[in-house]
Amino acid sequence: MKHKNAKKYGMVIDLDKCTGCGSCMVACMAENNVPFRKDESNKVLSITWLRVYQLTNGKPFPNTDICYLPRPCMHCEGQHEGHSPCVSVCPAVATDYNTETGIVSQIYTRCFGCRYCMASCPYHARYFNWWDPVWPDGMEKYLSPNVSPRMRGVVEKCSFCFHRYQLAKEKAFKEGRREIKEDEYQTACTQACPAGAITFGDLNNPNHAVSRMVKPDPKHHGRPTNPNAFRLLERLGTNPKVYYLSSREWVRRAGDNYLENEAKYKKTVHQG
Amino acid sequence: MKIDRRSFLSFLLGGAAGTALSPLPWKLTDDSSIWTQMWPWTPVPEDGEASYVNSSCTLCPGGCGITVRKIDDRAVKIEGMKRHPVNNGGLCSLGLSGLQLLYGPTRVKTPLKRVGKRGRGRWEKISWKDAVSEVAKTLGDLREKGQSHTVGFISGSDRGTVPRLFERFLTVYGSPNLIRTPSIIDSYELALHLMQGAQALPGFDFENANFILSFGSGIVDGWGSPVRMFRANSAWRDTGGKVIQIEPRLSNTAAKSDKWIPINPGTEAALALGIAHIIIKESLYDAEFINNYSEGFEDWKAFVLGEYGPDSVATITGIDSTTIIALARSFARASKPLAICGRGQGTTPGSLNECTAVHALNALVGNINKKGGVFAVAEPDYINWPEVEMDATAAAGMQKNRLDGAGSKKYPFSRYLLNRLPQAINSGKKYPLKALFVAGANPLYTMSDSKAVKKAFDKVPFIVSFSSYMDETAQNADLILPNHNYLERYEDIPTPAGMPQPVIGLSRPVVEPQFNTKHVGDVIILLAKAMGGTLSDAFAWDSYDACLKETMGYKWQVIIEKGFWSYPDFVAGPREESFDTVSGKFEFAPKETGSLKPFKPVKIEGDKTNYPLLLMPYDSIRLANGAMGDPPFVMKSVDDTVLKGTDVFIEINPKTAGEHGLREGQLAMLSTPVGQAKVKVHLFDGIMPGLVALPRGLGHTAYDEYLAGKGINVNELIGPVEDPVSGLDAAWGVRAKLAKA
Ligand code: SF4
Ligand code: SF4
Ligand code: SF4
Repeated sequence: MKHKNAKKYGMVIDLDKCTGCGSCMVACMAENNVPFRKDESNKVLSITWLRVYQLTNGKPFPNTDICYLPRPCMHCEGQHEGHSPCVSVCPAVATDYNTETGIVSQIYTRCFGCRYCMASCPYHARYFNWWDPVWPDGMEKYLSPNVSPRMRGVVEKCSFCFHRYQLAKEKAFKEGRREIKEDEYQTACTQACPAGAITFGDLNNPNHAVSRMVKPDPKHHGRPTNPNAFRLLERLGTNPKVYYLSSREWVRRAGDNYLENEAKYKKTVHQG
Repeated sequence: MKIDRRSFLSFLLGGAAGTALSPLPWKLTDDSSIWTQMWPWTPVPEDGEASYVNSSCTLCPGGCGITVRKIDDRAVKIEGMKRHPVNNGGLCSLGLSGLQLLYGPTRVKTPLKRVGKRGRGRWEKISWKDAVSEVAKTLGDLREKGQSHTVGFISGSDRGTVPRLFERFLTVYGSPNLIRTPSIIDSYELALHLMQGAQALPGFDFENANFILSFGSGIVDGWGSPVRMFRANSAWRDTGGKVIQIEPRLSNTAAKSDKWIPINPGTEAALALGIAHIIIKESLYDAEFINNYSEGFEDWKAFVLGEYGPDSVATITGIDSTTIIALARSFARASKPLAICGRGQGTTPGSLNECTAVHALNALVGNINKKGGVFAVAEPDYINWPEVEMDATAAAGMQKNRLDGAGSKKYPFSRYLLNRLPQAINSGKKYPLKALFVAGANPLYTMSDSKAVKKAFDKVPFIVSFSSYMDETAQNADLILPNHNYLERYEDIPTPAGMPQPVIGLSRPVVEPQFNTKHVGDVIILLAKAMGGTLSDAFAWDSYDACLKETMGYKWQVIIEKGFWSYPDFVAGPREESFDTVSGKFEFAPKETGSLKPFKPVKIEGDKTNYPLLLMPYDSIRLANGAMGDPPFVMKSVDDTVLKGTDVFIEINPKTAGEHGLREGQLAMLSTPVGQAKVKVHLFDGIMPGLVALPRGLGHTAYDEYLAGKGINVNELIGPVEDPVSGLDAAWGVRAKLAKA
């Protein structure tokens, strides 16, 4: 159901500014009670709602270049609003597309761990809890009451810090306001980024910085019209709400490139 | 890791096929989701009243402002303080993980006394009273025997009230051996002293500069005050400021810069002089500054013009002469150029000649004590305590030469030379160190040539650590007197590294002390009182907090409310008053530095025949490598091309790896004249052939299971090399060889 004042929260990450420092990853872990284990070097198992990848241009010394790319959940809109790849496949309705905000949620208590959503997410944004979380004695003191810790057997992912949205709404409501201001709802990573590389806001609102930065084209599912902006795997048609900016062409190509024999895959891809 | 589209897609296909073929009945789904609710063994964090406390992060010399979110009496999240002059809301990953240190398993929870052999990890609890009297007795005995000078104190800082209490204590007690841990700041202080006659810290006005010539400084890798540097770097992206990064390896800073110029390692000083050569030859320098405010320019000019033509510099540095010429011109013609040095995070002081050569470039373009330039920032003088009274023992002790040789005939200008301490102890030539105190530092981990350091520490009969955490030095101490964690205590944080104006930050208790710990300032006061006489006279305060409050005076109220004290009206003195050298001017070639002698590269350890490769440590902001180690969250952010399981990767150019018959991921033995270690190979095109690089910050033997036992400590493979003028550690690497393991 479409709300009248529906928001479409999205993110713009300026890869020219991102330094790969990892603050966003860690701010996210600290905000969202993300667990950790003794060995986190197996990155398939390591739960990082937001993960910073390193891209390289593949050229030999001294023409080598690297670029970092932080990857939260893309909160894919899909071909029709709400047809995110993961939402479409979940048999338990444990992951849901919120039409009021455009945020793809994960309801842990409904998830029973079939991991279809993980398989369907082209961005590897979802993680499975293979173990119960364990905090060293005393460390559970820092756990935030705003985000429930997850248990073994469920899938988790970036929520665009949805609890912050709820807190901001509550505050506005108490103050008799129906709308929340742009700076009242910001994600933890946006706030922490020392380089100011992340911008967060409402893509439906032309006054919000995100809209001004990428100039989304509503006729084409929000495809960016800023020539330096791109979305990951644009041609899959997942219509992510996370945009990237880069002045380096090789970076933009790396973000939306296909396998040599892409045509073969394309149809399957659109099933999401 | 590269994003691999193949794996993106393969996952996707699996999902699509899986949905279509799934035999899973919906009933089962429903059942299991009901069954999965309310797991009793996942904690349910208690809700309560939310509040925020402003404080300062002291986990590095960056001095960021923090705002800590609390739920009742629990701290649940650290965030950057908005509108703080250093970080305005942003934070590094270490600062963001501070609660894992506060509540983590590495805390030392009560005073501990060693049982059995040192370093075995067997301790008994001891009361604060007994602990303090034990230290007082040991110190008293030494003093009685006229050996007060055999007491040493290693401190992470020498500024602010806490380090000044250490200094005061040692002075009245009678030991000259307070040693600050080293960094590029040491070289800069010396350069400012010799060239400008200043007793000051270097301040860099990055916010107003627009052309940064960085000789390997990790602008976005943790150099200076890290978050401030990140912000400046982003501002240059918006305003069109340029960064030129000169270093042999494509660091994150190099990757973010506008131009990366790889250079033969260790030849940066020659490049700086080569750039000066062009600027002088083409008269691109600031004649007004040179004519009115400098001294020795003619001599220096003759030297630079004679020795550092672009062709000879090209041969030394490996950078072609056209690039050098273009670089010199764009630097001199930029409206606000600024040259900086200090490799990576500025972890080591480096060669003094390199620092003075780079600083001379700033002088050439008239960039001293000027908007967008380098400032000599005097320490804010808010600490005005009554003079101490020294008895005869103290006076005699203070007359003794320092054990590390700082201020000696050989190294008259240096203030601290921690790198020389192990040698001084091990050789036994001067005098033994009978007791050693360590605060805010972890020398057993951070000092290079770990074996020699360990040997020296083994020779010291009494080691006291004030660490809040069970780090390597605490582990090898005889007594641990744990300080409150930084979120449990008051402390003033004067001017963060590299700030062009003085700022005093305040660290304050965010939560009650969680354990039986004591503020190190209080311990010093208690100790002085226990020792009586002139010592207790010099420490008349009731407590550290009282001392701090009294010291801050009228500033206290503001600093408590705002979280920091800034000097918005601060202006560096006019040019006429800027230089306190004998000539009253900027000295281009202070004779003490021997800077008119031709460039000689730092002689790093090892010979080319046996060790054909060069090993360089590198700094990453995701790997804390100072007194603090990585908390679990930050460890989690370390890439799997840096650490896999317990194996660390060396970076090596594919060409060099090919010559050694090494493939990606292969195990290899890395040896240097100092030590050897097993490493894994990571092929990286961004590193100069012939070089290998290892990250600092791994290979801990202390801290928790999330950090300890992973990778190797690069300090086990590299030793210090004394700079001939400063005596500081000038090593930037070591020769190495690599063989299949
Ligand atoms: S915190 Fe900002 S600069 Fe650091 S990795 Fe994340 S997006 Fe990049
Ligand atoms: S990125 Fe993945 S998890 Fe997020 S909405 Fe898209 S498909 Fe779902
Ligand atoms: S940069 Fe330094 S002071 Fe700032 S948050 Fe990080 S560790 Fe703390």
